Amino acid sequence: MAWFKKERSAHEDEDRKKVKVPEGLWLKCNHCRAIVYRKEVERSAKVCPKCEYHFPISVEDRIDLLLDLGTFREWSPDLAPADPLHFKDTKRYTDRIQAAQQSTGKKDAMVIGEGRINGNRIALGVFHFGFMGGSMGSVVGEKVALAADGALRERIPLVMVTTSGGARMQEGILSLMQMAKTAAAVSRLAEARIPYIAILADPTFGGVTASFAMLADVILAEPKALIGFAGPRVIEQTIKQQLPQEFQRAEFLLEHGMIDQIVPRKRLKETVSSLVGFF
Amino acid sequence: MREYLDFEKPIAEIEDKLEKLTAAAQGRPSAEDDLRKLRTKLHQLQAEIYAGLTPWQRTQVARHPQRPSALDYIGRICDSFQELHGDRLYGDDQAIVAGFAKLNGQSVVVIGPQKGKTLKERMQRNFGMPNPEGYRKALRLMRLAEKFNKPVVTLIDTPGAYPGIGAEERGQAEAIARNLFTMASLKVPIVSIVIGEGGSGGALAIGVADRLLMLQNAVYSVISPEGCAAILWDDPKKAPDAAEALKMTAADLLRLGVVDEILPEPPGGAHRDPMAMCDAVKKAIALHLGEMLELPLEELLRRRTRKYRKIGVLGGE
Repeated sequence: MAWFKKERSAHEDEDRKKVKVPEGLWLKCNHCRAIVYRKEVERSAKVCPKCEYHFPISVEDRIDLLLDLGTFREWSPDLAPADPLHFKDTKRYTDRIQAAQQSTGKKDAMVIGEGRINGNRIALGVFHFGFMGGSMGSVVGEKVALAADGALRERIPLVMVTTSGGARMQEGILSLMQMAKTAAAVSRLAEARIPYIAILADPTFGGVTASFAMLADVILAEPKALIGFAGPRVIEQTIKQQLPQEFQRAEFLLEHGMIDQIVPRKRLKETVSSLVGFF
Repeated sequence: MREYLDFEKPIAEIEDKLEKLTAAAQGRPSAEDDLRKLRTKLHQLQAEIYAGLTPWQRTQVARHPQRPSALDYIGRICDSFQELHGDRLYGDDQAIVAGFAKLNGQSVVVIGPQKGKTLKERMQRNFGMPNPEGYRKALRLMRLAEKFNKPVVTLIDTPGAYPGIGAEERGQAEAIARNLFTMASLKVPIVSIVIGEGGSGGALAIGVADRLLMLQNAVYSVISPEGCAAILWDDPKKAPDAAEALKMTAADLLRLGVVDEILPEPPGGAHRDPMAMCDAVKKAIALHLGEMLELPLEELLRRRTRKYRKIGVLGGE
């Protein structure tokens, strides 16, 4: 389920070989491959000035972008992963966890909490793609459920921001079961008529798309975000054909009726704020 | 023709000998003794081999072309069956069979992917890999079950949801997600049995249940061993290692608290004695449905909610 990550890193390796980009000053766009001035990208909420591609942003930047400054309070920050399968491939899962925790400073791939958006309280969950490809294991599943529980308890809207390669293989069947857990959690919100808004960012795949991400009352996506069930590489191998150019981009999903709106990052806060006002 | 798996070679040899000897003996009492000995040896060998199967070998048994399918079970254990077709939105997906059935006089809705046995049927059924319309047909029938207060029985055997262009265009992810969402609070009992291969989200999409049972040689995993090996080992030939690491056998899932009961298979696997397997499955469904039907609805739903709210293993600080 985490196919996409692989594909991307392969691309990135290739790019690094071809074009030497000076560290720091310049950035290479993941989508149009243009070399762009880093400061300009950062000024525009990490959006490519040439093609409007939305670069991945950190959890902290995402929270600042969506919530009123300084209003975020994190919930259950100490939840950490276990290794119930004693999983080992070329590396031990426990080593992978440790490496990810050290490089990201996070316990796992999701941060949840509450804050205000133009004064209105919401519950918020944000994936951290940098932590093992934003994969969903027991901790991510539990945090999604806790965010939904909190929204239900406080009777405030839930907003989830997704970037994920899918279920975390290293937790095996327990990862798969997080799909059922998170879907059940948002179904309790639906029964209580608590609004739930999902923001799908690049990339969102596998068990995350096929559970709580696609179950929101309103589904927004960032421009050009890749969103799907199966990763492009798996599909290509299955059908033995090249995929259409804009396949699985947010624009493709909008055209096929799978999402409500594509919203540029700069307009996300006002859009979510406006939507929340309707409920 | 019986099909043998690689590790079944010793069994194949004895069965071949047994067949020849039986033909040669033509009822001569002097040969009876040899035949009896050979049969005993066969049973011992079978028990031995099957007791020591590796997870990868078990995966082969779970995918055995002659393993009983959902339609085999339905045909044997249901008194009557009316298949219902179509999702009323796009088409009819033959990778999933669904309909009303009578089981010991009780009306149920039964749903199961079907891989197909001949090449022609396999193509027709897309090798048991459903498209969104298959999941939406299943959803439509679950809603019917709820409307008429009939329990749902699902028989799981699929490599997974189909990864294709059309499947993505028509919302494979949404179709699966919607089923998880709906089954979480469906107001009738749900019993699911993994009869062969439980392939990831494509299996879970018909597998959110009050009781989850698994046949002894069935497997159920977040990803196929081949897929996992390709990603984590960068080498599809490491599938046996991945099968081991993924903890995907019935015994593993029971230990992890995901499965409620394992149904033992006849010696040599379900395909060696499909009738006995069907009868065992029928008995198990009747038992679990009986228990579920005695519970007040609120209690049934409370238990289902608690079960899925708790699932997962968290670490310490």
